[in-house]
Amino acid sequence: MYLTPEEERILAGERGPTLQKAMEILVALGDIYEADRLIPIKSAQIAGVSYKTMGDAGLEWISDLEGKVQVPSILNPAGMDLERWQEMGVSAQFAEKQQEIIQAYRSLGIEVQCTCTPYYLQSFSASYGDHLAWSESSAVSYANSVIGARTNREGGPSALCAALVGKTANYGYHLDENRTPELMISVDCELDASDYAVLGYIAGKAAGKRVPLFRMQSTPHRDQLKALGAAMAASGAVALYHVEGVTPESCRKDFELPAEQLTIERKQIDEVYETVSGDGITECDSAAVGCPHCSPEELEDVAAKLEGKVVDNNVWIFTSREVAASNPRLVERIEKSGAKVLCDTCMVVSPATDKFSHMAVNSGKAYAYLPGMCKVAATIANIEKCMEKGGGAHSD
Amino acid sequence: MEPIRIKGRGISKGSAGGEVLLSEDPISFLGNVDPQTGKIVDPEHCLFGKNIAGKVLVFPHGKGSTVGSYVIYQLFKNGVAPVAMVNLECEPIVAVGAIISEIPLVDGLESNPFEMLKDGMNVSVDGNEGWLEIKD
Repeated sequence: MYLTPEEERILAGERGPTLQKAMEILVALGDIYEADRLIPIKSAQIAGVSYKTMGDAGLEWISDLEGKVQVPSILNPAGMDLERWQEMGVSAQFAEKQQEIIQAYRSLGIEVQCTCTPYYLQSFSASYGDHLAWSESSAVSYANSVIGARTNREGGPSALCAALVGKTANYGYHLDENRTPELMISVDCELDASDYAVLGYIAGKAAGKRVPLFRMQSTPHRDQLKALGAAMAASGAVALYHVEGVTPESCRKDFELPAEQLTIERKQIDEVYETVSGDGITECDSAAVGCPHCSPEELEDVAAKLEGKVVDNNVWIFTSREVAASNPRLVERIEKSGAKVLCDTCMVVSPATDKFSHMAVNSGKAYAYLPGMCKVAATIANIEKCMEKGGGAHSD
Repeated sequence: MEPIRIKGRGISKGSAGGEVLLSEDPISFLGNVDPQTGKIVDPEHCLFGKNIAGKVLVFPHGKGSTVGSYVIYQLFKNGVAPVAMVNLECEPIVAVGAIISEIPLVDGLESNPFEMLKDGMNVSVDGNEGWLEIKD
């Protein structure tokens, strides 16, 4: 891989040991993936935040680093709401470790926004063609597919190294040739709401890590695309997809139709609705919405469904701190029912979820991950049914 | 006997020597390995019950969660990491883990290490120049 004289100096350790390690990692990844050079990135989103997944090993590593990030950088969701962790039932010991992790990142110049939807933040916009180093699988899928920006799915350390150097290695989804569709998926019915999450759950299994091109009868809006991509990144490893006539690259480019084709039918989608993921002999005892984090429109939708109702069980609505802070009236309307609007975290990465046995979710990603990561069974349904079946919502 | 040197690609810098431990299975450091002891704890794994501490660990490639990189760092901090690693084809989880833990790592050797090497053989690994040397 070609390095500029300045990059060579960093690699030789002339800018200190942290930058040297960061450059070593970028160069190793570049060599593994046969990148020709490093390219500047516009922003970074860094994984490896929840103490539940990082453990003491991760905390130790980031605490040993020095220096400052070179581009705007934020974080993946943490293991708890950084302010309301006690209400979630998170232990004081966990909270202390979690705050240490956050503090270590803050001292590297990273903005403490812990969210899987960086593209909703006012100060963190990404545009068509931008090169990024993002980590969280649904954010990567959204950036590549819905925005038309370019990012690989960075691991925690590689995203952090990219942020410290301000560059990433030029391979994978940064290159045109890896962005063309490899599999055509036709959907033979109209879809609405959580149907897109279920479609993503099915399509991800079929696509694996290939790039699918969808032909759909209905036109998904941005939150539905978010749900579709998040599910495909969880049940499969899809980091980029196209939807004919909808996503920007499929509108701008004249893709050749892939030879391999498959059709997904209404019947397959209904089967997922009827199937509990994991060991679900019990009734739902909780509900959660906001995987990935809710947009203002989704908060509005939840608020409307809970209007004049109260919930009997734990109902958690996850969003970013910025979106919650900009929409206080929506938060108030939702919380009037007894549901909680929580920030900085989600049901998948928080240890607080472990106390439940069966959660109702509207997310294909949560449906895929809850049994394995939290030992909690999951039922997938639209928001209204989640509130009723999981939350026990009823008229006040 | 003259040492035999096999060329490869250096992924993580440094050099070290020790006894070979071969794993035909890929390794997911998160889940397969106990970070406190270096023991392989997954009953499904071909190295189940063996310890990777202080060995030159030879395996096809890493797999599983990216948190595996941190587990390698934890093994290193606990003094139970392999002294060097050799992969058929390195992937990012192991590459990153090796670099942050300063464990020499080479991949893509010119001869198949699974045909050349046996458990317990004494070898050196150099990640700067990218080679493995069989000493006996």
